[in-house]
Amino acid sequence: MTDTPVAEAITRAHHDEWARVVATLARRFGDLDVAEEATADAYVTAVERWPLDGIPANPGGWLTTTATRKAIDRLRREARRDAKHQAGLMVSDDAPVEPAGPVQDDRLRLIFTCCHPALGMPARMALTLRLVGGLTVAEIARAFLVAEPTMAQRITRAKAKITAAHIPYRVPSAEDIHERLAGVLAVVYLVFNEGYLTGAGDRSLRTELTDEAIRLARLLRTLLPQDGEVAGLLALMLLAEARRAARVSRSGELVTLAEQDRGAWDRGLIAEGHALVRERIAAVAAGNGPPGRYQLLAAISAVHTAAPSARDTDWSQIVALYDRLVAVDGSPIVRLNRAVAVAELDGPGPALAEVDRLTEALDGYHPFHVARADLLRRLTRSAEARLAYDRAIALTGNPAERAHLTRRRDQLAG
Amino acid sequence: MARYMLSVFGPAERNEFGDYPSREAMLEAFADTGAFNEKLEREGHFVFADGLEAATTATTVDGQGERPVFTDGPYLETKEHLGGFWVIEAADLDQALALAAEASRACRGKVEVRPFQTAESFTALLGS
Repeated sequence: MTDTPVAEAITRAHHDEWARVVATLARRFGDLDVAEEATADAYVTAVERWPLDGIPANPGGWLTTTATRKAIDRLRREARRDAKHQAGLMVSDDAPVEPAGPVQDDRLRLIFTCCHPALGMPARMALTLRLVGGLTVAEIARAFLVAEPTMAQRITRAKAKITAAHIPYRVPSAEDIHERLAGVLAVVYLVFNEGYLTGAGDRSLRTELTDEAIRLARLLRTLLPQDGEVAGLLALMLLAEARRAARVSRSGELVTLAEQDRGAWDRGLIAEGHALVRERIAAVAAGNGPPGRYQLLAAISAVHTAAPSARDTDWSQIVALYDRLVAVDGSPIVRLNRAVAVAELDGPGPALAEVDRLTEALDGYHPFHVARADLLRRLTRSAEARLAYDRAIALTGNPAERAHLTRRRDQLAG
Repeated sequence: MARYMLSVFGPAERNEFGDYPSREAMLEAFADTGAFNEKLEREGHFVFADGLEAATTATTVDGQGERPVFTDGPYLETKEHLGGFWVIEAADLDQALALAAEASRACRGKVEVRPFQTAESFTALLGS
């Protein structure tokens, strides 16, 4: 039934309404399990009923009403078995709404609960994809290359911890929200990178992860339109997604930014990403605090994607942005990326000196050896470059990248 | 309100200053922990708190057989043992974690936060 108006309406309702239905039910019934199952049941009912009854005028309302009925039915059945079950709810939100606090949308509560710092990162990603994104357990398991029962158990355990440990269904207080939001954005960006960077697995499923991460960031942007880092993360992912088609050659080899066919970049996504970056530059100029790491990374991507060719890239601006990024996040990986930009501005010699200072911290990180190999190649130190390529090839799990590195290594003189 | 246990772990063998590097450090930690306990009482979180003697003073008892068996030493042979704990009441995990962070700072140790079973979870256990 693909391509029929009903199928399209159901897909759209899945993207647009799933999180809202789960979030509304979770608030009403105080139980994520009940909310998840009833929502899934409501979509099954939609698949059965909409072709016969027609698409409802308000699909979201129809789904919420149907899911609510399903939840009540389930709780009635369980109440017969166990009169006290309905009292066994998560701690519900009875705190007064803080006037200065962010918008109280149930979806925001759901996101903060799924990304609670007391849960492990794999559990946070899985819960967010299931409860907010509406992916099935089977889809999430395939995307993360784990067996379905393993993923099902991960999600079940996380939900059980939320209930047993009384993780609140609440948007954090104004004093905590900044740090907690950073945790949410980290989950979204990890989901994106899981789809974008990791080579293993089915490509279409990987696309599902990047699409879902962008959808989550769009949702966060709707819920927190004033937040600079939300805008920054969305822009960063859009500008990466825009280059997807140019990133891998027909033969499945990774294509570096310098060698990419810029005509194959998605201009619509780039325009959207650039508009967000411009909005943040204006906001920062207007005194809305210094930009955080996602805004700076997005600005760097914006400089890259604004250049008609790699040679025309404004490297001094990129190095200046990396300097600001190092001030926010002085991790070795950020310093490595800065050094790669320094190579374009000041030449491979000074860049190599900076890269070599990171050896101890990054010896097990394959991009470190890729950057070193490239700088040594440009300095015509072929023997050392070959060793560095070998190290990088041994450390990467991505077949497209391995193909690219092997070709580079084999092109070395002598 | 939900009830949580905050456990503090420390080395099996203690030096002359408990788990602390010096007498001054020990006294400072005791003073900070005392102040934290008073805050817990003042704000209605306090249920119980105390420190334990060294794990080497423990006796493990197995009463499941015909006669109880007594074994010298703690149940688990590990380098770190439970050294003390709080039982607190908090609105939810966020509040419990915030209190645990204060507890950790006061006693100079890592703190494990674990929820107690509730009437509902116990009933659910019986019903399953």
